[in-house]
Amino acid sequence: MVKYIGKRIIYMFITMFLIATATFFLMQTLPGSPIQSYSKLNDTQKAIVEKKYGIDKPKPVQYAIYMKNLAKGDLGTSFAFKGKSVNDLLASRMKPSFILGIQAMVFGTIVGILLGMIAALKQNTFWDYGSTFFAILGISIPSFVFATLLQYYIASQWHLLPVGLWNDGWKSSILPSLALAMGPLALSARFIRTEMIEVMGSDYITLAKAKGANGFEIAFKHAFRNALIPLITVLGPVAAGLVTGSLVVEQIFAIPGIGEQFVSSIMVNDFATIMGTTLFFSAFLIVVIFIVDILYGVIDPRIRVAGGKA
Amino acid sequence: MKKDIEQLPQDKFERIEIDSTKAERIEKPSLSFWQDAWLRLRKNKAAIISMVVLVLVVIMALIGPHLNGHDGATQNLRHANLPPKMPGIEKLGIMDGVGNLSGEKVDLYAMKKVDEYYWFGTDGLGRDLFTRLWEGTQISLLIAFIAAMIDLVIGVIYGGISGYFGGRTDDIMQRVVEILIGIPTLVVVILMIMIMDPGIGAIIIAISITGWIGMSRIVRAQILKYKNQEFVLAARTLGTNDSKIIGKHLMPNVLGIIVINTMFTIPNAIFFEAFLSFIGLGLQPPAASLGTLINDGYKVMEFQPYVLLFPSIVISILMIAFNLIGDGLRDALDPKMKD
Repeated sequence: MVKYIGKRIIYMFITMFLIATATFFLMQTLPGSPIQSYSKLNDTQKAIVEKKYGIDKPKPVQYAIYMKNLAKGDLGTSFAFKGKSVNDLLASRMKPSFILGIQAMVFGTIVGILLGMIAALKQNTFWDYGSTFFAILGISIPSFVFATLLQYYIASQWHLLPVGLWNDGWKSSILPSLALAMGPLALSARFIRTEMIEVMGSDYITLAKAKGANGFEIAFKHAFRNALIPLITVLGPVAAGLVTGSLVVEQIFAIPGIGEQFVSSIMVNDFATIMGTTLFFSAFLIVVIFIVDILYGVIDPRIRVAGGKA
Repeated sequence: MKKDIEQLPQDKFERIEIDSTKAERIEKPSLSFWQDAWLRLRKNKAAIISMVVLVLVVIMALIGPHLNGHDGATQNLRHANLPPKMPGIEKLGIMDGVGNLSGEKVDLYAMKKVDEYYWFGTDGLGRDLFTRLWEGTQISLLIAFIAAMIDLVIGVIYGGISGYFGGRTDDIMQRVVEILIGIPTLVVVILMIMIMDPGIGAIIIAISITGWIGMSRIVRAQILKYKNQEFVLAARTLGTNDSKIIGKHLMPNVLGIIVINTMFTIPNAIFFEAFLSFIGLGLQPPAASLGTLINDGYKVMEFQPYVLLFPSIVISILMIAFNLIGDGLRDALDPKMKD
């Protein structure tokens, strides 16, 4: 296990290094320059600005400097927000994204689990078809379509909740969280349904029934707990989906989060911020996948992470 | 009691001979794997309905742009921002050309003296949205199909080689995959799209650059499962060469799972294309795809919700149909692999 974890950590670093390198060189080939908007400057002034941001040096030197700073956790200085470091920029935008992500995840998983359980316990009835259909909708309908629907009806037509922005406390987080929650909801509902059906057919459930345990007790005490373990595996895809979703959902609801930051920095060619955000997202996803793999092995000893020995 | 049985009339009984030559006869017609799968798929109503719907959407994407005599690129500012109006349905009170004008319901067609019908209305530049919608669907489907095909070809070849030859080849190839799989798809897609000229080609390349990894892993796992089974061993013993073993003995067994996986790659590609276009990185105007149309619609959602409505419906229908067909195929082709 320790050897496995060590190997995985080394891979994580290699992956991050490759992403950082690839991102850096891709950024250099980008058409356009971050100081394009300073076109009023004459050549001497341009040279001064370039020197200030360190983009007058040859590319390999820039790369070495960037990697050295990165190793220290310094993501550089933003071009668009003058003088602000990317670290500060990300830190200031972390909170809304974090709150939305957590709310969407908690709400989505709980409702998803309930739907999945209802579907499994009342297999092949109206309830089953209803919640399965709901799950298919959740997986199929793109988050931006769902988000615009929510925004149009609930906020703009019926005036129930704020249309966007992050200035109305908890109220302004409801709609974006709902839009993000559809993915986790649908995934966990489908997953719990299949797991529950499988568990309900196993011998120990038959035994529990034979001993006269009531339906409720069987469902929650025996079946549910066992069906829940594999749900950890969907955490990876769910996290990836939340990041993807946050890019558009934050844009639609004008939430000052990291996703919105990423999209707007692409639009203005802000190299440092694009790279910083890319690395942030990558690190987040890599760590989530790593934790999921480890947790899975710890919780269910039947799964051998290293494989082969079973 | 025993006597009662003996008293039963003997002529009521008939002796049956078991014909040992017929013991091995097969009563039901033998079905190939695909016939069997089709029988099972046919019972899945959701999948069948989805197939019909999908075929209809594809047909509309092909003939839709030529149906109403308008052309999706012609701008006619006199006809800008017209609401949907369709002959026949207009009498029902929907799609009758009545739209909002500074808060009041007005028949905009009468006001602007437009005699033509724009079935799904027009956008801010007076382009016919019905034509543009189906042109966009065409582009979206095209991108999704090509991306899925590229994923399929690279994934199957890579996974096949890695799984079949094993050993050091497999080791090296899998180390590469292990590193690539850590890179979030979204990040790669966005980075690739930024450095290439925007267009269909760029989107396809961006989507397929990491898209094949999932397919290659699945194919590799399957090949590993089958390559040491007896029938392959037998073929090898008889001196069959590698390419024939792969083509004749392994591929037919892996095909089911490849088909299933492709059915899930296509909606994924549709989603990514629309996603990129929605955040402004995808196709550039005047080209239309479902993503750009939704983006256009989103900007005027408050005043002309119909611009957003129709492309949203089409993309949702496409995604639902592909997912349901994928689910159906999975149940039909591989009953063991449910979810």
